[in-house]
Amino acid sequence: MFVPLMVLKNAFRHKLRTSLTVVGIIVAITAFGLLRTIVDAWYAGAEATSSARLVSRNAISLVFSMPLTYAQKIRQVPGVTAVSWANWFGGVYITERNFFPQFAIDAATYLDMYPEFVLKPEERKAFLVDRRGAVVGRKLADQYGWKLGDQIPLRGTIFPGTWTFTLRAIYDGVDAKTDETQFFFHWQFLNETVKARFPRRGDQIGVYVVEIRDPTQAAAISQDIDATFKNSLAETLTETEKAFQLGFVAMTEAILVAVQAVSFVVIVIIMAVMANTMAMTARERYSEYATMKALGFGQGFVALLVFAESIGIALAGGALGILLTFPLANIFAGAMGTLFPVFFVSRETVLMQLGASLVIGVVAAAVPAWRAARVRIVDGLRAIA
Amino acid sequence: MQIESSEAVPDVVTRTDAPLVAIRSLTKYYTRGEQVIPVLVDINFDVMAGDYIALMGPSGSGKSTLLNLIAGIDKPSSGEIRVAGVDIAGLSDGDLAAWRAAHVGFIFQFYNLMPVLTAFQNVELPLQLTSLGRAERRERVATALALVGLEDRMDHYPNELSGGQQQRVAIARALITDPTLIVADEPTGDLDRTTAEEVLGLLERLNAELGKTIIMVTHDPKAASHARKIVQLEKGVLVG
Repeated sequence: MFVPLMVLKNAFRHKLRTSLTVVGIIVAITAFGLLRTIVDAWYAGAEATSSARLVSRNAISLVFSMPLTYAQKIRQVPGVTAVSWANWFGGVYITERNFFPQFAIDAATYLDMYPEFVLKPEERKAFLVDRRGAVVGRKLADQYGWKLGDQIPLRGTIFPGTWTFTLRAIYDGVDAKTDETQFFFHWQFLNETVKARFPRRGDQIGVYVVEIRDPTQAAAISQDIDATFKNSLAETLTETEKAFQLGFVAMTEAILVAVQAVSFVVIVIIMAVMANTMAMTARERYSEYATMKALGFGQGFVALLVFAESIGIALAGGALGILLTFPLANIFAGAMGTLFPVFFVSRETVLMQLGASLVIGVVAAAVPAWRAARVRIVDGLRAIA
Repeated sequence: MQIESSEAVPDVVTRTDAPLVAIRSLTKYYTRGEQVIPVLVDINFDVMAGDYIALMGPSGSGKSTLLNLIAGIDKPSSGEIRVAGVDIAGLSDGDLAAWRAAHVGFIFQFYNLMPVLTAFQNVELPLQLTSLGRAERRERVATALALVGLEDRMDHYPNELSGGQQQRVAIARALITDPTLIVADEPTGDLDRTTAEEVLGLLERLNAELGKTIIMVTHDPKAASHARKIVQLEKGVLVG
């Protein structure tokens, strides 16, 4: 009990200094946690993917479409168990600020392929039978206060005109990683309308989603699908759903690298601040360390006192920082709306925050502890005079 | 070497023939660049068990350095220091720390109490290095504090005690392990005359009644007069 007693009492000798140091660590650990959560949110789309799903798109670019007839041919590729498709709609809800992803989907096959979107059976049925029906994620519905039966108008940008949908179902994510900000409606409704207005743009697909029996065969099946459409007018590029999502992340990789760098810079800065605090603390106590050494306490004991105090302060600040991260993340997620569809503080982030706190404590104490342990007794005793 | 006896203290302590501290050809010097600064030159003297010796001399004479060497908190440049038969100059840092814990009680000019610990905890500090149980530690600390007349101040922190009281706590801390030797470096240097007399009286009692061997550094002749013997140092050499 003696060491904890000494450490605790020493830590609060300069209450203002210790408090300010703890506040600094709280801010740093909270900022670190939030920045890591932003990085996680960026990767959330890729993390939530299934290894049993492939995505085929036009090999030239995602902007170009593929014929509807490809569905039948993809279905015949060995290893493929189901095929669905979706078109990016890109509509505007009231103003451009209200961004959320909208997809026209082949409803029955698509929903079967995404068990992570959990719908009530009666709502699913209501959506499937209503050509103008829509299904949205819980988070999106909550954000705009939509209720079942509400009419939701979207102004088309790729497909001109005002499109009004009736909200028939609201899905919940199977876990926290599931994106609950998407808006789905029937591809058939879009296709029929487009065909009526612009006949040449009918029967076109943005992406095919392909379910496969054996995820380990994903590469071979992807090659088979692409080989099927080799030398056609719309060659395909097939990849796993995760690779497809990571392709979007890669477009903003520079930002991600910057965010990650800043998160570590924050830790390095507080480490320097903490090291300064511990250096001052140890310097002020050289005579006490010398006295303890004179009484027979060893160098290791003196170093232990410095390390324990530094780690204690760092962990206290770290723990409070971790606790503060959760409400701040919620506020941040709310303020960002649907920009980050999945935004939650993961277990890995908490462990990293804890690890960072420990590293701050250890690194900050290293030099002061070494100096305190090595102080010559006669020099230390002289320091008091 | 000539050791002068003080007549103020009666000789009531039983003595043995073998010296408790035997110093032979002791030299200490510091080097600053290429310059060698001698601090102690060829010191030879003995301290018998039960002695109460005052080391005197002007500033810079080497008296504190000699005390530090005897107490094992500094190392000589050459020569031998035997305390109770152990050549402490040859001990490693770790062994020397363990030796100090078992054999030396320290009293410093500025008390050197831990400001975050109570009087009780300060006195208990050296016992943390022993295998004594909590109950026995408490009993010993209570006895030591009673001996220095501070049993009613055991829960006070150093900044709640006067200088004299702090020095008495330091004396209790020096006694608590029942050391072979008590070293005191200007124990009254920071105290007024009345309080200094109280502290010196206490040291006299420790020597006379408990038979504690005490080596005290002082520049104050009045303080030195409480010792049984006075050893004079001048420019690193024993002069009387």
